[in-house]
Amino acid sequence: MPKVRILFDRVRLEEKMLEEKSIELGHDTKMIDAKTTNISTESKKGDFDFGDVVLERCVSYFRGLHFTACLEFLDIPVFNRLDVANNCGNKMLTSLLLKKHNVPTPKTYFSFSSESAEGVLEKVGYPLVIKPVIGSWGRGVILLKDRDTADAIIEVRELSDGPLDRIYYLQEAIKRPPRDIRAIAVGDQVVAAMYRVSSGGFKTNIALGGEPILCEITKELEDVCMSASKAVGGGILGIDLMEDEKNGLVVHEINNTVEFKGLARVAKKDIPKEMIEFAVRSSSR
Amino acid sequence: MNCPECDAKLKIPDDASVGEIVSCPDCGADFEIASKNGTTYELKHAEKVGEDWGE
Repeated sequence: MPKVRILFDRVRLEEKMLEEKSIELGHDTKMIDAKTTNISTESKKGDFDFGDVVLERCVSYFRGLHFTACLEFLDIPVFNRLDVANNCGNKMLTSLLLKKHNVPTPKTYFSFSSESAEGVLEKVGYPLVIKPVIGSWGRGVILLKDRDTADAIIEVRELSDGPLDRIYYLQEAIKRPPRDIRAIAVGDQVVAAMYRVSSGGFKTNIALGGEPILCEITKELEDVCMSASKAVGGGILGIDLMEDEKNGLVVHEINNTVEFKGLARVAKKDIPKEMIEFAVRSSSR
Repeated sequence: MNCPECDAKLKIPDDASVGEIVSCPDCGADFEIASKNGTTYELKHAEKVGEDWGE
């Protein structure tokens, strides 16, 4: 009987769904709280009950990333792998990999000082979208429509002066319908997709009130998503795409610990089942 | 059990598990279920949403 472990720091509906599905599938299933587990350079695999495979589901990106490194140190199969988590958790790394692997993605400019970012804005022109390289749920994603908005955002970043505030990620504002697409890729298939319709602003995140509507998985969507998945290393991923009026589907972000409670209610496939089965299948190879 | 902040009655579902968040209906404080033994729960203050939280 495969032993499945679900690593969490906060139990959301997704983690409960995964646990229930894993038990239903007959697997020996346990939840592991990342906040209360200690690992050292002296640790051995046998010191823990990490089972045959771990699904890393921490809501804190850095906690999950570092815990994943420890699991791989102990030779425990984990989804997603450390390199995949690293590639997806940082939007700059994601954009570079997508472009490198010829996956359609918006033009994105990287600057490493405020002066340099101002230069890009003057040269490329408005509007551009500024995003924190690490962050989720649409936080800090701002449409820079004009110089005044850009100046204000850059000034705030200089005042807060976090280590990642000096990394400027400026992306072209894609002309698209007021929605984007979230596709869930598990291994070599897209198991579900939805449109996320904006509730009024330019952001479409469900966390900010975007409305989910089931989206047909076309061959184009499947192909683009599989290319994107391969570019970042594969696994269990939430792939965000926009419908560019000129260039068709473009991938702008890939999520490493994808949320799916809304989509699971309407999807034709059983999302948690696909995830568990993929993890078990992949770890036994 | 009662809210550790304001003493209001907390409704914790029977199927609640360790790691889940319960909110006090009166004061709005969030607590994480730290441990569970039957219907006895140990609560701790929930972590605040961090900059790196998300998907």
